[in-house]
Amino acid sequence: MSDVSDRVRKIVVEHLNVEADKVTEKASFIDDLGADSLDQVELVMAFEEEFSVEIPDDAAENIQTFGDAVSFLEKAVN
Amino acid sequence: MTDGNLMKGKRGLIMGVANNRSIAWGIAKAVAGQGAELAFTYQGEALKRRVDPLAAEVGSDLVVECDVTDEAAMDKAFAEIKEKWGTIDFVVHAIAFADKSALEGRYIDTTVEQFKHSMEISAFSLVAVAKRARELMTEGGSILTLTYYGAEKVIPNYNLMGVAKAALEASVRYLAADLGPEGIRVNGISAGAIKTLAASGIGDFRKMLAYGEENSPLRRNVTTDEVGNAGMYMLSDLSSGVTGEIHYVDSGYNVMGMSVLKKED
Repeated sequence: MSDVSDRVRKIVVEHLNVEADKVTEKASFIDDLGADSLDQVELVMAFEEEFSVEIPDDAAENIQTFGDAVSFLEKAVN
Repeated sequence: MTDGNLMKGKRGLIMGVANNRSIAWGIAKAVAGQGAELAFTYQGEALKRRVDPLAAEVGSDLVVECDVTDEAAMDKAFAEIKEKWGTIDFVVHAIAFADKSALEGRYIDTTVEQFKHSMEISAFSLVAVAKRARELMTEGGSILTLTYYGAEKVIPNYNLMGVAKAALEASVRYLAADLGPEGIRVNGISAGAIKTLAASGIGDFRKMLAYGEENSPLRRNVTTDEVGNAGMYMLSDLSSGVTGEIHYVDSGYNVMGMSVLKKED
């Protein structure tokens, strides 16, 4: 379990108010974790803040699952 | 800003909080910190879920649904506030809308549907709110809206919203003239770019933030707390002689006629 993945999971758990074990690699924020479109935008903003990175609009649109977020952020941070 | 009593005994309505990054929330915190009692409106369940806990944070349990495009819903919201409070002293109007596709590319491609919808929600709603708020402001009052420099000058991608904000700023002046004789003041704050939920709909918004940081006299962007404090001034008796005004809280960006010259290496 990478450090990035732990930090992303913490944000998702807190923001969407879901159990940590539901936040699996393939879990879709909207379809599996109960997010609405505003949550989706808020999550991206929270990721940007936590990792001090910028997530461009087109990249943000491709972040649909927990795994998508972790892989984007792992690349962005390194 | 330390808490005080500048708004003690005043009651007001905050329209347009989406989450804790909202400018309206910055204003709500500032006036609550000075003793004001608050009510909030929201539009739709997704926003109610976000507004409820924030309202509770400032001791408010008066949270009412209000879709500004629905006259009956507006009447109902103000009736609910009248029933609970009787009168109000201030309103914060922080409401705007434009299709995401009208916030990128060229303004010339705006459709008539996009134009009407954006104008109704972003500009006319202030008129509709003022009309209803006025009836509850029997002792005078203060109405505050939020605008942006894109109303006056061209900001890439701001497009339709700039035109709607221009109508909003003109509405501030006409409403100020209409309501001044009743002791009701109407003002706007033109805030610098702030990363809010609404701003995320503007194309290349990050570039607006970076540009403001590099080129404004203070060399930084403003915070929602800073807009909140200026809002508190506009809503309190500190600004009792001010109406029809658009007040900049933008790190001074509006005074610049040219971008800052880079030091030559």
